[in-house]
Amino acid sequence: MPGTKEIRTKIASVKSTQKITKAMQMVATSKMRRAQDRMRLARPYADKMRATIGHLTLANPDYRHPFLVAREAKSIGIIVISTDRGLCGGLNANLFKSTIYLLREWQQKGAEVNLCLVGSKGVGFFRRLGLPILANVTHLGDRPHVKDLIGTVKVMLDAYREGRIDRLFMVNAQFVNTMTQKPVVEQLLPVEPVKSSDLAEHWDYIYEPSAAGILDGVLMRYIESQVYRGAVENVASEMAARMVAMKAASDNAGKLINELQLIYNKARQAAITKELAEIVGGAAAV
Amino acid sequence: MADTINVDVVSAEGEIFSGPAKMVFVPASEGDIGIAPRHAPLLSLLKAGEVRIQTPEGTEHLIFVGGGVLEIQPKKVTVLADTALRAKDIDEAAALAAKHRAEEALKDKVDKISQAEALAELTRAAAQLKLIEKLRKLKG
Repeated sequence: MPGTKEIRTKIASVKSTQKITKAMQMVATSKMRRAQDRMRLARPYADKMRATIGHLTLANPDYRHPFLVAREAKSIGIIVISTDRGLCGGLNANLFKSTIYLLREWQQKGAEVNLCLVGSKGVGFFRRLGLPILANVTHLGDRPHVKDLIGTVKVMLDAYREGRIDRLFMVNAQFVNTMTQKPVVEQLLPVEPVKSSDLAEHWDYIYEPSAAGILDGVLMRYIESQVYRGAVENVASEMAARMVAMKAASDNAGKLINELQLIYNKARQAAITKELAEIVGGAAAV
Repeated sequence: MADTINVDVVSAEGEIFSGPAKMVFVPASEGDIGIAPRHAPLLSLLKAGEVRIQTPEGTEHLIFVGGGVLEIQPKKVTVLADTALRAKDIDEAAALAAKHRAEEALKDKVDKISQAEALAELTRAAAQLKLIEKLRKLKG
């Protein structure tokens, strides 16, 4: 007979695990909402930036900023945005898989691959590949700030300016909805030109000091805001994925507890029956 | 109707100010600019300083910006503000730090970190749990 005491301790331990997963689920839910809000707040800035780039490129079509010119891709850079913490289902695994696809594809074309990692899970995974890592930043927390990303992005922008990389991509988890997050690859550099038809109105601006000077500042900030948006979206995805994963874990724990409870009851019943049989047997023998 | 101009101050992390104004002063890279309604369209970079917005009601808003981009259309002023203080050497230092971290991460081959992190995660979750239980007791 399996000891009833052992089963009882087992139930208690599963119960305490369930409590933890439930708590994590609730925490993730509230954090996800806040991350979604921040995602929304970041949008007008990026839209405005993009419109401004459109105005600037229209204003002086002769000037070609290096960020807008496509070069032959001999070497590429990838910014991988991953989470800092685990327990969020297959979110990071899917992200790394699509990153591997992307870099294999470019490696087959003969391009060198340089990495820039945001989030410690990415560092743990990609350092085994032995590819050059140009920059990394971890522990951005649940509220990433633009100022924490500036340095990391600058390393990649400088590498692009100096011609060490000819393309810059960003991979992050896109927040589709609470149940779905999928990895997306986005090309950051060269910046895709804005179509003039997309601009609602075109003004003949006065430029101070010069259109070229402003364009440089705007493009840099635009890329930074894109990476920031990627980081915020990744946080929202992380929280959503963790919420779902922790809900599944809590449900499983619940099932496990039910099963164990049944076994425990049966064992208890068997013990009582056995004891009774012994007493009855003993009484009969007297 | 008094002449006003709409002002939007946005940063990458959110909207800072939005509303009508009588007059706006901004620290443009070539010197401070005062913008009245029906100003000529203008694009300029900003340096660190304060944006001063005078509302039609006569109150004044002061917003510190670390730099950014200014766009003026006849009826609208948009300030794309940086949340962080920007300067060439500060950016440079941040970039160096990022590079340094990458090198450190490559050197450290042992997976001690992830173990420590898992442990930290566990204690954090346990602490949260304790707090929730305490709150429940207070309520109940």
